[in-house]
Amino acid sequence: MYEVTVTSPEATMALGQQLAPDLQPRDVILLDGDLGAGKTTFTKGLAAGLGITRNVKSPTFTIIREYQGGRIPLYHMDVYRLEEGGGDELGLDEYFNGDGVNVVEWSKFIADELPEDYLRIVFKRDDEAGESQRTLRFEPRGSHFEKLVKQLEDGTNE
Amino acid sequence: MSPTEKRNLILAFESSCDETSVAVIEDGHKILSNIVATQIKSHQRFGGVVPEVASRHHIEEVTLCIKDALDEAKVGYEDLDAVAVTYGPGLVGALLIGVTAAKTVAFAHNLPLIPVNHMAGHIYAARYVEPIEFPALALLVSGGHTELVYMPAENQFEIIGETRDDAAGEAYDKVGRVMGVNYPAGKTVDEWAHQGKDTFKFPRAMEKDDNFDFSFSGLKSAFINTTHHADQIGETLSKQDLSASFQQAVVDVLAEKTKHALADYPVHQLILAGGVAANQGLRERLERDLQSNPTTHLVKAPLKLCGDNAAMIGAFAYVAYQHGVFADATLNADPSLEFDWAADSVK
Repeated sequence: MYEVTVTSPEATMALGQQLAPDLQPRDVILLDGDLGAGKTTFTKGLAAGLGITRNVKSPTFTIIREYQGGRIPLYHMDVYRLEEGGGDELGLDEYFNGDGVNVVEWSKFIADELPEDYLRIVFKRDDEAGESQRTLRFEPRGSHFEKLVKQLEDGTNE
Repeated sequence: MSPTEKRNLILAFESSCDETSVAVIEDGHKILSNIVATQIKSHQRFGGVVPEVASRHHIEEVTLCIKDALDEAKVGYEDLDAVAVTYGPGLVGALLIGVTAAKTVAFAHNLPLIPVNHMAGHIYAARYVEPIEFPALALLVSGGHTELVYMPAENQFEIIGETRDDAAGEAYDKVGRVMGVNYPAGKTVDEWAHQGKDTFKFPRAMEKDDNFDFSFSGLKSAFINTTHHADQIGETLSKQDLSASFQQAVVDVLAEKTKHALADYPVHQLILAGGVAANQGLRERLERDLQSNPTTHLVKAPLKLCGDNAAMIGAFAYVAYQHGVFADATLNADPSLEFDWAADSVK
């Protein structure tokens, strides 16, 4: 586990960008945190790090947005609307076993569909410390993601 | 009857999100029927669209809608000239129902199939007010989209600006949820806004930037921060004032960006369309802004055609029909379909 505190949306974006070069197809990254905590902002940075030039928009309305044109595709999902179930009929498996990186917001609503290994990032607001202060907690599952987080930790501590 | 006198009849399908709709449209501008089966009530329980529920609902409704649409228009399959359908953007499972139904009807009755971009449909809801004159500019605002679309000529669409994060309608739904309003929240927030005052002065993102893009994520965060802070100190804020402040910020950004766009793209018509085009605050503001504009006049999509419906799909399908835009049985749903960006715009 690795925790980092950021004080601006730009810093959140930079973390996403730093993570991108080591990502592989079929990687699943879960972003958890309240409305307005910076999940989509993080994804914008990650997309930029993958070399995707298209603007990353909120996927809330369409559930899944696909971005081609980078080093590998990015599949950005927001399953906020699946709190009453239904995730099993979305065909998420095809994405998780596909050719790109999967970023999932509000993953607790599809807990049953998740693969064994993933990287969970928990976004926490700290209103005492300032309105744009956020703590990002990286929780890797499986050796690939443990290595990835270690690299990120070493990289940001340099 | 000579061929020129024969009326063109298109059976149009729309199923991209909440609504299952089938319409019969005559000559692209006369609605013979427009059946809309909404499932918003069932989605309110869930605070939003549930894709699986949506698909199932579309399947249940679509054949009933076809029958009602033909009956109400007093026509049969043999009277039709073409079948049209929304093939994107939208929820893939929902789109597929309309696409499959339309393909089936087209195949069974040997009719041409017209693929329609949902956003072109929204713009063409304005065709029921008056003919569209080119060049035209459309401000499209809905739950999933916020974009400025330039139309140099018929059947040509170019995006010149869009939201960088949340769509305007989505921001309404999210702040509505914070205030305890059910999905879709737009109407209630609009009503409250008219009873309150802009006391919170939320930030107007990108109002002055040198492009036509929108952003509503910062506004959403400011709204959440304000209510969150009040909760912590046990203060109760006026929902009317919160709504008025939020709506004023949204309307200011939409109206300012549109004004800048009109300066660079002189057009005959500004078309206001999409679900959020039903917002009274926005309609009033654009009306006021355009009163002093001698060259451009405002065409507002009719209130009852602002939401998703098949009549608007049929209106654009008539244009596509005349331009010979047809699909075959391989037509598939494209959930991420969008217009191209204008060649000269910097993204």
